[in-house]
Amino acid sequence: MKAVLGTPRFGGLGLLALIVGLAPLAFPNAYFYDVAVNALFNAVVCVGLNLLIGYGGQISLGHAGFFALGAYGSALLTGRLGLPPLAALAASAAAVGVLALVVGRPILKLKGHYLAMATLGIGIIIHIVLKTESALTGGPDGLSVDSFSLLNFTVTSDRQWYWIGGGLLLISVWLALNIVDSPMGRALRAVHGSEIGAEVVGVDTTRYKVFMFVISAVFASVVGSLFAHKNAFITPDIGSFFRSIEMVTMVVLGGMASTFGAVIGAVILTLLPQLLAAFEDYEAMVLGGIMMGTMIFMPKGLLPSLLLLWARQRETAP
Amino acid sequence: MFAAFLQYLFAGLTSGAIYALAGLGFAIIFNASHVINFAQGEFIMIGGMATTALVAAGTPLPLAIVLAILITMAVGMALEKFAVEPARGADVTAIIIITIGASIFLRGAAQVVWDKEFHSLPAFSGETPLDVAGATLTPQSLWVVGVSVAMIVLLWWFFNRTLFGKAMLATSYNRLAAQLAGVAVKKVLLASFALSAMLGAVGGIVMTPITFTNYEVGIMLGLKGFSAAVLGGLGNGMGAIVGGLIVGIAEALAAGYLSSAYKDAIAFVIILLVLFFMPNGLFGKRGSERV
Repeated sequence: MKAVLGTPRFGGLGLLALIVGLAPLAFPNAYFYDVAVNALFNAVVCVGLNLLIGYGGQISLGHAGFFALGAYGSALLTGRLGLPPLAALAASAAAVGVLALVVGRPILKLKGHYLAMATLGIGIIIHIVLKTESALTGGPDGLSVDSFSLLNFTVTSDRQWYWIGGGLLLISVWLALNIVDSPMGRALRAVHGSEIGAEVVGVDTTRYKVFMFVISAVFASVVGSLFAHKNAFITPDIGSFFRSIEMVTMVVLGGMASTFGAVIGAVILTLLPQLLAAFEDYEAMVLGGIMMGTMIFMPKGLLPSLLLLWARQRETAP
Repeated sequence: MFAAFLQYLFAGLTSGAIYALAGLGFAIIFNASHVINFAQGEFIMIGGMATTALVAAGTPLPLAIVLAILITMAVGMALEKFAVEPARGADVTAIIIITIGASIFLRGAAQVVWDKEFHSLPAFSGETPLDVAGATLTPQSLWVVGVSVAMIVLLWWFFNRTLFGKAMLATSYNRLAAQLAGVAVKKVLLASFALSAMLGAVGGIVMTPITFTNYEVGIMLGLKGFSAAVLGGLGNGMGAIVGGLIVGIAEALAAGYLSSAYKDAIAFVIILLVLFFMPNGLFGKRGSERV
C-alpha cells in the first residue's frame, strides 16, 4: 500500500487532486479564482511542454503560437461559423496538431540552436499573422469570444472554470505520466540521454520527438481555446515571443523531466506577478533572474533538486 | 520604378549592415564557446540607450559614444563571467535558457535605469539627403554602412594580424589544443563577449538617429541577427555578414513590394526555409556529432 502511494501515478496524482480540491477553501474572494484558473491553465500547458523539453530534451520557443492558434480557432469557429464550443475546440486542436506535425518533421531533425531558432520563427510568424490579418482576427485591437457552453449548460463564473481547469489538469497529468512510462516515453528518455546511442539501438528518434512536439502543441491549443472562452476577449499578444519564453521558464523552474515539477513551476510563475504587483517595473528583471539562477544553481529545477536533497538527508540520517 | 527599387535597396543595406554586425557578434561568441548568446540584441539596445542618455545628460556626442561602447562591453563581460561561465558544461538547452534569461533581465534593467520612451540622436553629419539616381540617401545611412565596413576590416585585422586574435581563432578550432599550446582560454571567452558587445553597441549607436531606440528594440534586432548568423552558417563570420545583408535587403524589398506589415516576418520565413532545406546554412560546414 505504501509503495503504491509512493508512486507518482497514484500517490502524486492523489495528492494533486487533494490540493486542487481543497485549495478553494483558502480563497477569500472571486479574484483568487481568476488567478487560480490561470495557474491551472498554465500548468496544463507546462505538463504538455515538459514532455517535449524535459523528456525529449528538445526546446520550443514558439509554444505560445500554438496556444494563440487554439484561442483564435475557437473564437472564430464559434463566433463566425456558430460551431458548438467543444467542436470548435476539437477542430482547432486537430488543426494545430496537423500544423505541428507538418512543421515538426523537418525541424525536429535539427538540434539545439537550430531547433530553438525554428520554433521561435514559427511562433513569431503566427504572432505577426494574428496581428496583421485584422479583417479576420481583429488585429491588435483583439477579438471578443462567446462563453463556453456544452449542451444547455453555460460556464459563467470563475468558480466553474476552476473546476474545469482542475479536472483538465488531473487528466493531463495522468496522460503525461502514462506517456512517460510507455515504451515511447522510455525511448524518449534514451533520446535525451544520448540521441545517437538511442538511434544505434533502433529508436526512431525523429518520430518520437515529433510525437511529443505534436502532443505538447495540442495541449497548448486546447488550453488556448478554453482560455479564450474564459477570458471572453483575446489579443494577438497571447501568442507573443515573451509568452513562449514564460512557458519554457515555468517548465524549467519547476523541474525538467518532472511532471509535477512543471505544475509547480506554472503555479509559482503565475502567482509571482500578483505578489510583485507593487514592483511591476522589476517583473522582467525577476523573471530573467529566475531563468538564469535556476539554470546555474539547480539545472534540474526546483522539484527534482528538492527531492534529491531530501533523499540525501534521509540517507545521512541515522 | 528603378528609383523605388534603389530606395528599397538603400534601406535594406542600412538595416542589413546592423544585422550583419549582430550576426558577427553571434558568430564570435559561438566560435569561442559554442554558446548562442540570445542577449546579443540587448547589446544593440544598451549601446543606443546609453548614448542617448549620456547625450541628454550633457555629454558631448563623441565622448558619449565611447563611454556607451565601454559600458556595453562591461555588460558583455559581466554576462560571460556571472551567467555563462558558471554554467560551463551544461547542455545546449540550459545555455539557451540562461542567455534568454539574461536578455530579459537586461531589458528589465534598462527599463528601470532609463525608461520606456523612444529616444533619438542627432544625425552625425546633418540631415540633408543625397540624391542618387532619383533615390534619396541620408548621410546617416552612409555612416551606418561605412562604420560597419570599418568594424569588419578591424575584426579581420584583429583575427589575422594580432597574436590574441589568432589565439581566439585557435580556440575556436580546437579548444583543448589551444589550451595546451598556452592560450588562456578563459580570457578568450571573456574577450569574445567583449568583442560581440562592442559590435552590438556600435550598431545600436549608428542606427539610433535613423530608427530611434528604446528598451525593447533588442528583441527583434537580436533575433534577426541570429537569423543572419544561421543563414550564413553558424560560426562563419563571412556567412554572417552576407546573411545579414540578405535578410536586410529581402526585408526592405518585401516591405516595399508586398506588405510592410509582414516586414518583420520575412527574416523568419527565410530562416525556416533554410533550416528545412539546408540546415547547415549557405556557407556552413557539414558537421558530424561525436558520441
